[in-house]
Amino acid sequence: MAKYAPNLSELKKELDEKPSILKGNYSDKEWWDLPVEFRDGNWCFPAKPEVIEELGFPNPRKWAATDEDWKLPDGWQKIISEGLRSRLKKYRSLKLFLDTCVRCGACADKCHFFLGTGDPKNMPVLRAELLRSVYRNDFPLAEKILKGFSGSRKLTAEVIKEWHMYFNQCTECRRCSLFCPFGIDTAEITIVARELLNLIGVNNNWILAPVANCNRTGNHLGIEPHTFVQNIESMVDDIEELTGIAVEPTFNRKGAEVLFITPSGDVFGDPGVYTMMGYLLLFHHIGLDYTISTYASEGGNFGFFTSNDMMKKLNAKMYHEARRLGVKWLLGGECGHMWRVVHQYMDTMNGPADFLEVPVSPVTGTKFRNAAATKMVHIAEFTADLIHNGKLKLDPKRNDHLRTTFHDSCNIARGMGMFEEPRYILRNVCNTFHEMPENTIREQTFCCGSGSGLNAEEYMDIRMRGGFPRANAVRTVREKHKVDSLVTICAIDRASLTPLMRYWNPGVGVYGLHELVGNALVMDGEKKRTEDLRENPMAGFEDGEDDED
Amino acid sequence: MKKVLMPLAMVATLALVAYVGVEFLKLQFIFGVVIPYTAAVLFVAGFLFRIADWLIRPVPFRIPTTAGQEKSLDWIRRNPIESPHRAWEAAARVLSEVLLFRSLFRNIRAELRKDASLAYASNKWLWLGGLAFHWSLLVIVLRHARFFFAMVPGFADFLDHADSFFDVTLPAFYISDAIALGAITFLVARRFFDAKVRMISLPTDYFPLFLIGGIVLIGVLMRYVVRLNVMPVKDLMLQLMNFGFDPPGEIGTLFYVHLFLISVLLAYFPLSKLMHMGGIFLSPTRNLCNNSREKRHVNPWNSDIKFRTYSEYEDDFREKMKKAGLPVEKQ
Repeated sequence: MAKYAPNLSELKKELDEKPSILKGNYSDKEWWDLPVEFRDGNWCFPAKPEVIEELGFPNPRKWAATDEDWKLPDGWQKIISEGLRSRLKKYRSLKLFLDTCVRCGACADKCHFFLGTGDPKNMPVLRAELLRSVYRNDFPLAEKILKGFSGSRKLTAEVIKEWHMYFNQCTECRRCSLFCPFGIDTAEITIVARELLNLIGVNNNWILAPVANCNRTGNHLGIEPHTFVQNIESMVDDIEELTGIAVEPTFNRKGAEVLFITPSGDVFGDPGVYTMMGYLLLFHHIGLDYTISTYASEGGNFGFFTSNDMMKKLNAKMYHEARRLGVKWLLGGECGHMWRVVHQYMDTMNGPADFLEVPVSPVTGTKFRNAAATKMVHIAEFTADLIHNGKLKLDPKRNDHLRTTFHDSCNIARGMGMFEEPRYILRNVCNTFHEMPENTIREQTFCCGSGSGLNAEEYMDIRMRGGFPRANAVRTVREKHKVDSLVTICAIDRASLTPLMRYWNPGVGVYGLHELVGNALVMDGEKKRTEDLRENPMAGFEDGEDDED
Repeated sequence: MKKVLMPLAMVATLALVAYVGVEFLKLQFIFGVVIPYTAAVLFVAGFLFRIADWLIRPVPFRIPTTAGQEKSLDWIRRNPIESPHRAWEAAARVLSEVLLFRSLFRNIRAELRKDASLAYASNKWLWLGGLAFHWSLLVIVLRHARFFFAMVPGFADFLDHADSFFDVTLPAFYISDAIALGAITFLVARRFFDAKVRMISLPTDYFPLFLIGGIVLIGVLMRYVVRLNVMPVKDLMLQLMNFGFDPPGEIGTLFYVHLFLISVLLAYFPLSKLMHMGGIFLSPTRNLCNNSREKRHVNPWNSDIKFRTYSEYEDDFREKMKKAGLPVEKQ
């Protein structure tokens, strides 16, 4: 982290003292005259040639963003121009969003990257103008008649560098689209811009390597089936040691009622594994007839950050596996962009899932009509229903050693609209829950700063800046309510908020919601619990002491 | 500065063109009949073309920006407008944007304070200024219906009365004129003085503001200062409404400047960002229901892709899977 992250006191000083457009200093330069400078910490390593070849993507080569010559393929201008033309035919959103912006500036100070960097090109309106200015130059829109008047410019190698920089300083979080009077969603622009960049081999290894892995092994981390099973089995051992309960997950089992899919980060990464342990405890507690697939072992979908086709290709495995195993419906774990894909894209891309049944909770009998077509239920909906029907034995005191706040993941908030279920669960599994300031939560939530495949180590500088608004909101509740635990329902959050907190708010831990559920669950036949799933002592449950009340 | 002065000079030049054309070159017929007809045709045809050009492009995915609780479990209160589930709820959402500027009402200002801390405050000035601007212009346009019909329509009469509520001048002063001029001044000023908006603004942002400002200003001059005789104006307008081609009567030059700037606005409209007037109805992040898990949404071009099937996967990993005790399809 140290190498690529900015020095904290220097960054604080910069935020305090350096004049920026955020603080109202107008530089007297037009944005198109501002140079693009790559330095350590503000660019992601490009995809390795072998990854590109495995995917069959164009222009495999060795290069770096700091190079003068990016070795773009011959005729790259034409590739971009034609690529844009064909996408304008496929997406009304793209055409509309390029055409209707009035540059009112409502979005300007809504972007976490703008708030963290003060860089004018991180104002969503300017991010879109990077593409819009080229679109106006190339397409027979009438503003073209008066070049210069309409702010159009030619597509040059310099513009490509600018696109690479700023379309990778957008996490497709859609906060800008919330405030835009026309609902212009910069994510739509970024998605297309990244697709176009991929066409000429301008890419990000942290996105494309997981994509290649996911295609081959079934998950982003490239875990092969036997290792996948081993990992979960070691969690099973840990759970038995902590609780005395032997949970029994099954893998690739035909005829199970439910296929459970979660991001592979939950199987492999710290602190995601504790969330996974929470799921396993929960499923055991209610006796769910479920199975986990090693083939469809990834909930996340980095194809979403690559191209529409790649998103569809990776997502197709979910239904394919559900059909093979003959399950009735799908249950999905905690993840942000996975749920944007499942909620808004999956059925359209890979449906209809008419071989599955409308999900019914086997424990409560609740029919999830909101998932009648897609047949996939979010774990928070599932658990909230269990708690509401009194089917879980919970002891919220077991989370008394944590003082929590809740981070809404951008995709869950603005691409799905699930706000109440996780809060309902959290209030039922812990006694201290304090909301962050209202302009930083729910639909106005701030991204972790590392979403949409930007979670790379070498990108730490930008990530720590992009996460600054979120970290600042956590600081508020830390000072006011002594909050020390940031609870979230997203695997990228769990991976990225951890270093973010270490950087801005040391002492604040990052937790998955179902990790807290796992802590609070009172299992039949369990031994006396003194430690939480992380093997940290729980308050009031110390050895040899009785409960306080 | 250039991006402010250039559009300002363009509007001034356009006004001058009309003034010289009518006052000195006596081109009343061109400016009073030919140009308005041409502009009206360009406006209608261009507007329809632009809308059609958007409509022919598919909406492949259901991508509403959800700003409230979705419909999920029965006992969880959902937000029907911010996360619409039925078509009429989505329609209400769009109308709240069109009529009340819902999303702008949400606007907040972020401030970076000492000790690297961020603060947010409600900031409704843009909402207020935008709303004042659009609604006053609508009232002004509707009020002008009195010039277009022999019998003044009821709503125009009503608006006229309501608008001239403060009967302090002669002829009665219209509140909408004052609001429109005030709002335009505010919108121009914020483009110039707010560093962020100044940087993002293009000449094409100033131009329509100056153009509309010029139109309103000349309208105000004609009503309160120069005092034009309105009867020949009404005659001309009635004629235009009946597709007639008689030369206009005796009307002051200022009117032709007013009419010419309006003609320019109409012709420019479909070519520009002003098309947001139609675009706002089509925005897929606002006009779609958030029910894509419940009802299937069809993508007309859903691409046919080949994915890696389970059997290909098993072929690659069969031995490892067997060793790990995983069930396999083929031995």
